[in-house]
Order: sequence, then C-alpha cells, then structure tokens
Amino acid sequence: MVKKFIERFYVGLILFFLYAPIIILIILSFNSSKSRSKWGGFTLHWYKELFKNQSIMNALYTTLIIAFLSALIATIIGTAAAIAINSMKKTPRTIMIAITNIPMLNADIVTGISLMLLFVAMRYTLGFTSVLISHITFNIPYVILSVMPKLKQLNPHTFEAALDLGASPVYAFFKVILPDIFPGVLTGFFLAFTMSLDDFVITHFTKGPEINTLSTKIYTEVRKGIKPEIYALSTLMFIAVLLLLVLINRRNADKREPIKKV
Amino acid sequence: MTDNKLINLVNISKSYGDNIVLDELNLYIRENEFLTLLGPSGCGKTTTLRIIGGFENPDQGQVIFEGKDITRTAPNERQLNTVFQKYALFNHLTIAENIAFGLKIKKKSKAYIDDKIKYALKLVNLDGFENRMPNSLSGGQQQRIAIARAIVNEPKVLLLDEPLGALDLKLRQDMQYELIRLKNELGITFIYVTHDQEEALTMSDTIVVMNQGYIQQIGTPEDIYNEPQNAFVADFIGESNIIPSIMIEDKLVNILGTNFACVDTGFGRNKPVDVVIRPEDIDLVKPEEGTIKGVVTSLLFKGVHYEMEVHAHGHDWLVHSTDLSPVGSEVGISVDPYDIQIMNKPESEDEEAVELEI
Repeated sequence: MVKKFIERFYVGLILFFLYAPIIILIILSFNSSKSRSKWGGFTLHWYKELFKNQSIMNALYTTLIIAFLSALIATIIGTAAAIAINSMKKTPRTIMIAITNIPMLNADIVTGISLMLLFVAMRYTLGFTSVLISHITFNIPYVILSVMPKLKQLNPHTFEAALDLGASPVYAFFKVILPDIFPGVLTGFFLAFTMSLDDFVITHFTKGPEINTLSTKIYTEVRKGIKPEIYALSTLMFIAVLLLLVLINRRNADKREPIKKV
Repeated sequence: MTDNKLINLVNISKSYGDNIVLDELNLYIRENEFLTLLGPSGCGKTTTLRIIGGFENPDQGQVIFEGKDITRTAPNERQLNTVFQKYALFNHLTIAENIAFGLKIKKKSKAYIDDKIKYALKLVNLDGFENRMPNSLSGGQQQRIAIARAIVNEPKVLLLDEPLGALDLKLRQDMQYELIRLKNELGITFIYVTHDQEEALTMSDTIVVMNQGYIQQIGTPEDIYNEPQNAFVADFIGESNIIPSIMIEDKLVNILGTNFACVDTGFGRNKPVDVVIRPEDIDLVKPEEGTIKGVVTSLLFKGVHYEMEVHAHGHDWLVHSTDLSPVGSEVGISVDPYDIQIMNKPESEDEEAVELEI
C-alpha cells in the first residue's frame, strides 16, 4: 500500500514539475486581469485580441506554410535518400547514415549560424525562402530516420516480384514499395512538421528582417514586454504540438498491431 | 515433352568482384520440361535462374528465348514469371488483388480478371480466399498464392527459386505433389532451383547438377542417381560409397585389392578410377560367400532400413539393409556387377565440369 503510494507520488511529482509551468501559462491565458499574480476571473478576451492582431496572424500563417512545405519537401528528399542509402553497401551506408545524423545532433545555434553564414556568403537575401531551405535541411534527417527501419523490414524480393509481373520500376515503386513504407513516411512527415513548428534558433538566424514565424514573433513581443495575448498564443502552440505528437504516437501504436503471427 | 529448345543459355559467365559464380555455362531447356537446377549453396543455381528472369545481367553470354536474344530485356518485358523463395506477396493487398496485379498491368477486363482469380485459387486449392490478407495465411498457403499470382499471367515458363525452402517437411512433401499436378495441368515449362536432392529426384524430368559455377551432370533423375558422372554428383545425390580403384580391363575392376566383376567398358587397362556403390546395393552375406570379408562396426535403425558400417580391406563400407547384422559380427560383402558404377577420376577442375548432351 505504502509502496504504491510512494510510487504514485513520485510519478505525480515528476509530472507536476514537467507540466506546472505550462499549466500556469494556460491558466494565465484565461485570466482577465493583466497581473501575473492575481486571478481576475475567466475570460477569452486575450484569444480574441490574438486573432485580431494582424502581425501575429501573419506570423502564424508563415509558420504553418513553412512547416507544411518544409515537411513535404523534406519527406520527398528524405524518402528518396533513405532508399538510396538502404541499397548501398555496408561501409558507405554506415558513413552516409552518420553524416545525415549530424544536423540532428548538432546544436541548433551552430546549425543556425552556419546556415546564416552560408546564405550571406552566397549573397542570398535572407527571407522566406532561406528559412524554408533551412527547415528542409534540418528536417531531412528525421525523415530518413523514420523511413529507414521500414525499408529494412521490406522483403527485397517484393520489388522484383512486381517487375516480374510486368510492372515498370516506377509503377512497382508506387504500387508495392511506397504502401509498405508509407507508415514510416507519414511519421517522418509529422515529425518534420512538428520540428519546423517548434524551431526558434535556426529560424532566428536565417529569417532576415522581413518575416516572422510564431516563435520569433513571440520573442520580439516578449522583449517589448509580455502581453497576455502571448500566453494565449503559446497555449495554442502547445496544444497544436501536443495533438501532433499524440497523432504520431497513435500511428506508431496502430502500426504494431496488425502484424499477425504467420 | 518436345525437342523444341525454349530457352538456350549460351556461354553465360557471371562474377561478383573476384568471385566467379558462373563460368561459360551452356544449357538449354525444352518446352514443357520440368528442369531442376540442383547444387549446394553458392553453386550458381540461383544466379542462373535470376539471369533467366532478368534480375541479373550476365557479364558475357546470351539468353535465347524462343530464338530471340533477351539477354538485355527488362524483367517486366519477359514472358516468364517467378515464384520467389520467401513468397514476396504484397502485404497491403488482398489475395485477389495480389493475383490480379499482373493482369491489371496488362489491362485485362474486370470479368476476365475475376475469372482468372477464381480459376487460379481453385487450382491451388484455396477457393474463397479472395478477400483475405497475406499475413493471415500460413507459409504453405502464401506459397500457393505466390504460385497462383504467377500462373494467371499464363507465362511460357515458371521459374521457382527454392519455393519450398521455408516450409516444414510434411508440407514440403504435399507441395511437391501439388507442383507436379500443376505442371501437368498447365502444361508449361518449370525451371526449379533447389539444394534438396530428394525434391529434385521426385519432381524433375531433367536434373542439372551444379557445383562452383560449373554444370556437373545433366540427366534424368534415374541417370543422375544410378550413373553419376563424377564423385561430386555421386556424393551430392544420396549416400554412396566412393572408393578409389583400378580398372584392370573391361568388365573387371580392382577394389581395395580384390577383383570385382562390373559391366563398364572402355576405360582402358590398369587405369585409376573412382567406384560408386550405393549403400542399398551392397548385399551382406555369410563370410565365406562374399567377395570380401569384413566386420560390422556400427548399426543404426533408420525406420525403413538398418544403416550399418562394415570395416573391410581398410575401408568403412556404408550398407543399407532391411536385415540386421549385429555389431562385431563377421560378414561377407557381395555386389552385383551392374550395381558397380565406374567414374573417371577428375584430372583438373575443368574436367570436373563435364558438359553433356542429355
């Protein structure tokens, strides 16, 4: 009994420290008082203000567009790369996997600054496309990482079997290979989307003065003094990312189930 | 079976790096033949099949199909279908969709495809499996679907790459009968790859024994079993006693110092040869009635027969017999002349690779 209580208490404590800051943020976003220490009653005022704020809405739009486009392009490039890496011989394959993992392990600030330096050196104007290119860059490894295990599970003869039955290589890929690895591809897409949505550091260094994503927008707003709209915005972002993660985990759980014993 | 050469492999060579897999292989396959490529792993049998299927390109040589050179033709443009070792079914498609895969590419009508699916499932004894998923089937059932998926395309030739390798013994034996029945009902050519000599002997019209990229012998199962051309074939097909001997003259061979009558001629006088005697062809008789005497050194019960080892003249003779001679007993060994198979000793590796007309 006591042991069970201690176990539960311990887990509760961990969860409390993990989520307390976010819960406070969420509570404050519904606080009608501007004060951070006094509860002035429940309100949706800040959410209304938020949606009226044109510059924040622009940032939201930019964020979603960049997240979607970068995830989509990274998924295409990453899937193709994973297929190529998978068919390599052992040594080059190990090297290629290590190389593609570097952007993921690298500190964001290093990736951010080096990308910025690259754009400047190439006299490329920082703006929407430079952010998009940067996001694609750091998203690709996540896609490769999600698709690779699916490719390894693939029976190498299914592709040949499709060719054998008269399919052209392209038809065989879309009809036979893609459906088999699709769960991995989709996971990669969602992961990339979340990473892009989440990113601040790399965006901060590569965005230039013209545009803002939500995270950089919040950063500039906070420097001017925190407005409760930002709490509302942060709450929405948190919920969006949470939903995406739940979606990804649900997909992973579903994938495991249908594998039946032969 | 006709004499029509359906597929002709001419001077096929293939190597991976320094590893020569096939060396100037020549082989033809006749229409309606059940031909088996038999050999240990790494002998080049699967590579040969993959070259016929179009999944590998030979370094040199030609694949002739119905008189046309198809060496560089892509696999999807060849009129043959393959049944792969691990079934290679499309797991996200139903059984019906799997079988319809090739027909849909050929843009057949829906009615035609439905007919074909029904026919193929009936042929492999899996009626009513249309809407099942491959993962819900047993290994044997999946293999039969793989065969059904191949044959609905009405190929001239069906290539089978160790299709029964992943199945257990009982199922494998059942499937052997199924395959023979299918072959007879469809009347198409089967090219079958296996390392299982029993499978090869049971099903084939013609067996091609391969080793290290060379064809060792081509012949009917009876030829291969009863008259192996060299020690490799004799050793690989069934169990046998292979004893270095001297051919004294026509119809007389000296085995371990004793002369035995045999039926082979044309080897010359006093020529070193290898003698093959199948264990079931050795008769154990009373010591004084045998050509040579020996002592039984081991005895195993194998179900249909006893397996004994008899030490005689410095050699351990493997004997299969339904009569038991206890360990330690003295016996005589007697062999009928026509059960002694004489083989030339291989003088070089090239000579080991015998090339024969069937």
